[in-house]
Amino acid sequence: MNELVERISLCIERGKVNKIAPYPPDLRNQEGSDELTKQALEEGVGPDIILKACNDGMQRIGERFSRNEVFVPELLMAAKAMQAVMVHLEPFFKKGSIKAKGKFVLGTVAGDLHDIGKNLVRMVIEGNGWEVIDLGADVKSAKFLETIKNTPGCVVGLSALLTTTMVNMSKTVQEIKAQFPATKIIVGGAPLTMEAALKMGADSYSHDPQGAVAFLDKISVA
Amino acid sequence: MNSLLTALKNKKVLISDGAWGTYLHQRGLQPGECPELWNVTHRSDVFAIAKSYIDAGADMILTNSFGGSPLKLNHFGLLDRTAELNEAAAKISREAAGVEKLVLGSMGPTGAILMMGEVSEQEVYDGFSRQAQALKKGGVDAICVETMSAIDEASIAVRAAKESTGLEVVCTFTFEKTAAGEYRTMMGVSPSEMVQAIKEAGASVIGTNCGNGFDQMIDIVKEIRGIDPLTPILVHANAGKPLYQDGKTVFPETPEMMAAKVQDLINSGANIIGGCCGTTPAHIQRLVHAIRVH
Repeated sequence: MNELVERISLCIERGKVNKIAPYPPDLRNQEGSDELTKQALEEGVGPDIILKACNDGMQRIGERFSRNEVFVPELLMAAKAMQAVMVHLEPFFKKGSIKAKGKFVLGTVAGDLHDIGKNLVRMVIEGNGWEVIDLGADVKSAKFLETIKNTPGCVVGLSALLTTTMVNMSKTVQEIKAQFPATKIIVGGAPLTMEAALKMGADSYSHDPQGAVAFLDKISVA
Repeated sequence: MNSLLTALKNKKVLISDGAWGTYLHQRGLQPGECPELWNVTHRSDVFAIAKSYIDAGADMILTNSFGGSPLKLNHFGLLDRTAELNEAAAKISREAAGVEKLVLGSMGPTGAILMMGEVSEQEVYDGFSRQAQALKKGGVDAICVETMSAIDEASIAVRAAKESTGLEVVCTFTFEKTAAGEYRTMMGVSPSEMVQAIKEAGASVIGTNCGNGFDQMIDIVKEIRGIDPLTPILVHANAGKPLYQDGKTVFPETPEMMAAKVQDLINSGANIIGGCCGTTPAHIQRLVHAIRVH
């Protein structure tokens, strides 16, 4: 692989956004994903190649997060480095020369304001090449249904942290399946398990953002 | 006003309260409703919960102000009522505790991650200051900054509380056991890293709450004691790890199960012991019995 592209991939994994960014300390004063992407595009490197390298970097950091080798701060910085790249790639998405792998509708269920987990899932899934429609927190079923209607073929992700809002998650899953039986749903949140998720009528559960990516990859092939 | 540190000198182990959220929900708090608003709209319900822990024998109770930071209250459009709701929380607990028992003013996280830059450190500091002052006005003896994950936010909260009220400050973090068997907050902070930072910020009691049952809390306390043999440690443990089963959330540890492990927790170095999610007055009563009736 092009050395420049490899460096971009590493910047994503390490969370190196740009030259002036002090993080991570060992990459101080080096160029970040921002400068390197600009340079790569100027040199004629295909935007799809850059995107793929970034997705790989994001996947690596996501897997390390799943193994508890890194934590929320590292993931957030990787996402920041990814966002810097996306600014440069946006025109290509608009033109249609690169496409997202699919659409993912995401939100924290009604009555629950917790969004850190949901935001991490958004960042990692975006970083892995999907378009995410983030409805925010405290999202009523009706809003999910409306968005799904307007986003045919989407996959849905539901988050909740409070044990007391799990009932809203269950209701939302049922309402979605009733109206859109083919729509796949993955859920996440503190007291959940795969067993509980499946019992609720969801298609999967993940303990961490990378697990959600694995699910999306799996159903895309199916 | 009572001193937490003096109470600790007199009695080596103090007993704190248990869960509040569970009780508020049992009494009708709906998902999506602001718990702190109940300090005004459902005062007698909140009082009943506070009193139930005093009656169970707790040496101290906290306040229904966990989500009372201006940033959190803002989600409910209640930013302007920050002082009112926190003061009310403190008054209720003070009334339930009487003059002899201790009241700790609870301050939980703002929900914002400082490193994301969405809120400024100044805004977070001012918010915790406002909250702490209102809790003091309502009659708390000390402030309890709890369920923290990030050193920056916790330090700001402790400093804000200390600088604005002069009260004793307790600070506890929430840890999770990693795949490698170590304890870290979601931000990657270890118990050892936590100790230095929050003591520097002004905490006189340190510790851990939520996320874990007694078994894991014992490990965490041991790690803290490994680098700090002296600072009093507070533990608010869950009644085990919750599981969502058949439409209900279940916390598996019974009062008897918790009481059976409490001596080990004390031996590992904990000075103040109470409960977090899933615990009840029955749990606290059983702990009081296990510790006091010996």
